Amino acid sequence: MKNNLINYTLHLADSTLILSHRNSEWCGHGPILEQDIALTNIALDLLGQSRNFYQYAATLMGEGFDEDKLAYLRDANEFKNHLISEQPNVDWAVTILRQFYFSCFQHFFYNELKNSNDEQLAAIATKALKEVTYHLRWSSEWVIRLGDGTQESNNKMQNSVQALKDFIDEFFVMSHYETTLLTENISVDLGKIKLLWQQKVNDVFEEATLKFVPSNNKQIGGKNGNHSEHLAILLNEMQVLQRTYPNSVW
Amino acid sequence: MIKSSNNIKVLKSPPLEGWEAEIWNILETVCDPEVPVLTITDLGIVRDVKVDGELIEIIITPTYTGCPAMDMIAMNIRLALIENGYSNIKITSILSPAWTTDWMTETGKQKLQEYGIAPPKGNAETIAADGIECPQCKSINTKLISEFGSTACKALYKCEDCKEPFDYFKCY
Repeated sequence: MKNNLINYTLHLADSTLILSHRNSEWCGHGPILEQDIALTNIALDLLGQSRNFYQYAATLMGEGFDEDKLAYLRDANEFKNHLISEQPNVDWAVTILRQFYFSCFQHFFYNELKNSNDEQLAAIATKALKEVTYHLRWSSEWVIRLGDGTQESNNKMQNSVQALKDFIDEFFVMSHYETTLLTENISVDLGKIKLLWQQKVNDVFEEATLKFVPSNNKQIGGKNGNHSEHLAILLNEMQVLQRTYPNSVW
Repeated sequence: MIKSSNNIKVLKSPPLEGWEAEIWNILETVCDPEVPVLTITDLGIVRDVKVDGELIEIIITPTYTGCPAMDMIAMNIRLALIENGYSNIKITSILSPAWTTDWMTETGKQKLQEYGIAPPKGNAETIAADGIECPQCKSINTKLISEFGSTACKALYKCEDCKEPFDYFKCY
């Protein structure tokens, strides 16, 4: 049971860390200053969430582990993040839509996790939910603004819907550790939040004049360490300092 | 760790005596590094003070999960206590109950406004976006420019009357 809890906590830590890193790649490159700041603020919130999860995982794993080791010294096949979080930014439209999908998922997910029988996971979820509420509001507004904007912005958003369609199912497919933890009311029943997610996305898409596209090539496996090639490249950059100068500190 | 509940009132130093009052007084001198006009007790970051023999334990809670000021705040608490002759200090960070802007003191809100930052409006449940009062001219004819500002806790607004842009301390 303890291993399942460690894997689950690492999954939550990895997803938030990797998306945080992707968003931070926009730092200094945002389309306008305010939105550059918005996205890096979201990156910072996600990083804070991941630190809380890593710190908790490290205490569960015992002596010799800490948050930095877990973030900087694990290889791609040990990471358990959602595949959607590691996908390249491509452009502003894809970045916005990915953030919207993810914030929408986190919103309903944390709303359940805050009732978890694991008190530390519940505490992290309760806190993070406050931040995610702002992320969801911000990203929804951008999806609407761009979808219901010019012909070009609408095209770009519709292309993003196409680009991300294969990665949605993974949000709602339970890994073995999630299924096991559910019997003790520690993990979230993902089936329970799927409809809520779809409803919210439908509402926003309707306002944004976007069409949802179903996938016939669903990509899952991130939660068990099977990743796209993008993750290794991302980690290569993110971990370079600790890999080159082991144990270096600021 | 206790289960989350946001119904706990702010632990502002009640009329205390002796060492307790002294420690709370010291904590009241520690400022937030990002919003230096506020002390950590104004913000409601300090949750409890415990003494076990020589050991003084300060229980704090982070504002935003990713707030980079927290490490500095912990260090500044330690320094303030050392300066006042305490040496055996432990600082513990807890997550539950989750920090909320509802714990900010009225004095704190007043100080924010005088400093030029609009204080949180209403309570954390409502997360208001409209009718935020301009800290300069007090007009409520203001407009949200961005939900995210110079730090995690602030949004960016503009006053349509005096035309000044200003920071708003968001409800959390």
